Formats: sequence, C-alpha cells, structure tokens
Amino acid sequence: MWAFFHKLGSPRWFYGIAARLAPWCWGLALALIVVGSVWGLAFAPSDYQQGNSFRIIYVHVPAAFLAQSIFIALAASGFVFMVWKVKIADMAAAMMAPLGAAMTAIALLSGSVWGKPTWGTWWQWDARLTSMLILLFLYVGVMLIRRAFPRPLSGSKAASVLAMVGVINIPIIKYSVEWWNTLHQPASFTLTERPAMPTEMWLPLLIMVLGFYAFFAAFTLTRTRTEILRREGSKRWVKELFKEDA
Amino acid sequence: MAFESLAELWQMGSHGPYVWTAWGATLGVLLLSVLLVCGESRDVRRTLRRRLRREGAAALKSTEGRHEG
Repeated sequence: MWAFFHKLGSPRWFYGIAARLAPWCWGLALALIVVGSVWGLAFAPSDYQQGNSFRIIYVHVPAAFLAQSIFIALAASGFVFMVWKVKIADMAAAMMAPLGAAMTAIALLSGSVWGKPTWGTWWQWDARLTSMLILLFLYVGVMLIRRAFPRPLSGSKAASVLAMVGVINIPIIKYSVEWWNTLHQPASFTLTERPAMPTEMWLPLLIMVLGFYAFFAAFTLTRTRTEILRREGSKRWVKELFKEDA
Repeated sequence: MAFESLAELWQMGSHGPYVWTAWGATLGVLLLSVLLVCGESRDVRRTLRRRLRREGAAALKSTEGRHEG
C-alpha cells in the first residue's frame, strides 16, 4: 500500500500511468455526456410542475457535484502535500482548481436561469446560493494566492492551507438546505435512497454526473502531465523521453 | 422523443431561452476547457523540445571546441 503511494507520488511513474489512463477518461466523458445530453434534452419526460425548465437539472447538478468534489480534492491534495511533501499532489491541485471554479460558476449560472421561470427570481441571498458564491470566491482565492509569492513553494503551501481551511464551506453547502429555510429544493439524489424521480428522468442525470466526473479525471490527468513537463523539464528522464523527437 | 418536432424541442414550451442558456454555457465551458488543455500541452512540449535542442547544440559545440583546442 505504502509502496503504491510512493510510486504514485513519483512524477515519472505518474506521467506514464496518466498517459495510459487519460484517453480512456476522455473517451468515456465524451460518450457519457453525448448520451446524457441527448437523452436529457430530447427524450426524458418533462416535469409535471416545472415543464421543460427542469431539463436544466442535467447540467446544474453535475456541475454542482463537481464544484464541491473538486474543492474536497484540493483540500485532500493540500493535506497530502503538506504532510508527506508529495509534489504530484500539489501539481494536480494547481491544475484542477480552474475547472472547479468554472463548475461553480456554471452551477450558479444554470441555477440562476432555472430560478427565474421556477421561483420568479434570478437570485436570492439564501443559504444555498450564498454558500455556493462563497465557494466561487474560495476557488479564486486559492488560485490567486498560489501566484502571490515570489517563491513557488510558498504559494503551494499557502494554497494548500487555504483549501484545507476553506473546505469547511462544503458541509455548509450540503446542509444549507436542511439547516435554513431556503428556496432551493433539498437533494434529489442521495447515495442511500432511491430517487423520487421516475427512472427515465434520473438515469440520464446519473449518466451526466458520471460523464462530468470522467471529464474531471481526464482534465486533471492530462493537465498534470503537462505540469510535470513544465516543472521537471531539466530531469534526465524527461530529456531522454524527448530525445527521440528532439 | 418528448417533443413532436425539432421546433418544439427548440422552444421547450416557452422555457427554451432558460434551458438553452444553461446548456450552451455548460457545454461551451467544457469545450473551451478541452481546447485550452490541448493548447497548453502543445505549447509546453514545443518549448521543452526547443530548449532541449538548444542545449544539445550547445553541448555538441563545447565538445567540438575541446577537440580543436
């Protein structure tokens, strides 16, 4: 187990394994998102109360899931980097943060255009919406603080600490719909219960969620490989790798 | 299909603008991410390859110099 982690932490090993995994993740993401989109947009039945505006769920929920998952991943990577000094964890964190920020923005935007026809307002300062907006600011903070120091190592450490502190916002987002009275409906999807929606409504949602996670995996693997080349360009194994076509 | 025609799919029973804005923005962000990731990878590889070629040439020159001297 420890040997595995040790290997995983080695940029050279990661570079190789990521090269093999990434194409599968990209392919899987494309297939799932195409199938989920066509199904969700054209074939899923419309909601008896909300009509067709509910189709926004197929992009809103996957984006919101990723927004929160990526922040948890940032905090976990930050912890691994601070405690065990695993450089690859820091590289991956730096690479995935912009996608997390983009997904938070998408969740807010798609929620806003869903709120207008459903609640009659684009925005409301309620607990769920406000805590999601704070998540967006946290992402921006983590990305900016990384570049705010002359020494890259200081930036990495500061970003790790901010992610580990900021992750407290994630349970606040999750339970905001239960702790406070909000406009936002409670979770439609839980791990433990069958969804209240009919199968032909939630199956495309599940496909979209899996597709977004595959996209996240592919995005992070590919970008981390690029970052390894950027940071480790003077290492011998990188030079040897590029010798053939240099 | 949940709609009778493509026109109905586009209108989404008066919810078209909301639904298509959300979907357009989301799929647009995903597509843009793919393009940026590809571009970034290509740039970094190109820079690295150029640097290694330069270093290779410099190393070759210094060994030649030694032979002559």
